[in-house]
Amino acid sequence: MSDLLTLAFTSFLVQNIILNQFLGICSFLGVSNKRSSALGMGLAVFFVITLSGIVTWTIYYEILYPDLTFMRTIVFILVVAAMVQILEMAIKKFSPTLYNSLGVYLPLITTNCAVLGVALLNIQKGFTFSEMVVFSAFTSFGYTAVIFTFSYIREQMVKAPIPEGFKGIPSGLVAASIMSLIFKGFVGLI
Amino acid sequence: MSNQKKKRYTPKQNVLRGLFKENPTFVLVLGMCPTLGVTTSLENALGMGLSVLFVLLLTNSLISMIRNIVPAEIRIPVYIVVIALVVTLLEWILQAYFITIYDALGIYLPLIVVNCIILGRAEAFASDNTIIDSMFDGMGMGLGFTLGLSTLAFTRELLGTGQVGLFGFKLFEANVAAGFLVQPAGAFLTLGVLIGIINTVRLDKAAKKKAIMDEKIRIALEKKAAKKAALEAQKLQEAMINE
Repeated sequence: MSDLLTLAFTSFLVQNIILNQFLGICSFLGVSNKRSSALGMGLAVFFVITLSGIVTWTIYYEILYPDLTFMRTIVFILVVAAMVQILEMAIKKFSPTLYNSLGVYLPLITTNCAVLGVALLNIQKGFTFSEMVVFSAFTSFGYTAVIFTFSYIREQMVKAPIPEGFKGIPSGLVAASIMSLIFKGFVGLI
Repeated sequence: MSNQKKKRYTPKQNVLRGLFKENPTFVLVLGMCPTLGVTTSLENALGMGLSVLFVLLLTNSLISMIRNIVPAEIRIPVYIVVIALVVTLLEWILQAYFITIYDALGIYLPLIVVNCIILGRAEAFASDNTIIDSMFDGMGMGLGFTLGLSTLAFTRELLGTGQVGLFGFKLFEANVAAGFLVQPAGAFLTLGVLIGIINTVRLDKAAKKKAIMDEKIRIALEKKAAKKAALEAQKLQEAMINE
């Protein structure tokens, strides 16, 4: 149990997927201009990563292992693409309000490296089922938390007198660097 | 194809465009995950850059080959499968012949599948251009990506460790180096500052170009006005003589 707790803290804070592993940077920089879109993207990613993590792990150990492991990249990306499609249809049918807020971000998620990255990391680190669920859930929660926090910073940075050439992405990257340093401080927690 | 009104590039232009004008790292800001993740040393950056170059060359030509067969509605899934196949092929090659690069790139190697540059070029260029053009475009973009990664990695490795492992030269001792540049936070900082500097230079250049153009237009207008005035003065003089 304490192992799982450590794993949860590590994947959420210390080895944060954006600030430490550099996965999902494109969406991190792309949709963090506004708080509402950051939250929408974050929640969509949270669902997709957790679900696709469980599905790909099961497929890997039930079907691919041990003879077809070289197929994992192709199979995983197809699973992720299919998952996103199914999730989109399901949300559209059961909750139109949720669809209105998340719908735009779902198609973008297929090419979000965080999703495929977590699926591959689950296999690479040799997790058991419970470890895999904790890792997927907390890693994607870390993504949501960071992108949401970062959108606050970006909203304030628009008001700052930044030199013309540094406006937008460059200054965003510098802010992300400072955030990454702060998150490094969480190492002491464990 | 050729009689359509579309901007066409020569092979040289295609390559140069990817290298500088539309550099994927510094101008388009695409494919950021490997850019930040593997640039702790120049060696890794070159490995990653050349891997992407290989994948781009193959996927761009393959997708250009099948562009007229694939129905438009399912083109994106088809492209993704083609890209995944090529990346799997690359994984085998690296695993067999370059195991050190394979180990160093780690998770970022299979993640080339979801690199926005590759799907982006497939969709934006290879899906309606000839095979040869697409190959050169892939080459330009791949080289541009390699250039971007190498610049970033060179800066980080040199300032972060005081030496560049690939060339074996040493600028200063490791204990006075800015060690945090090779850590994750340094990746964000270096990339942000580099893009910022490049943007500033480009803006400066554009402003200078505009100033020169404005000056030229002003001189031309002045000349025109002077000519007109001279002409009118002459007419007036003629009229006076006639009277």
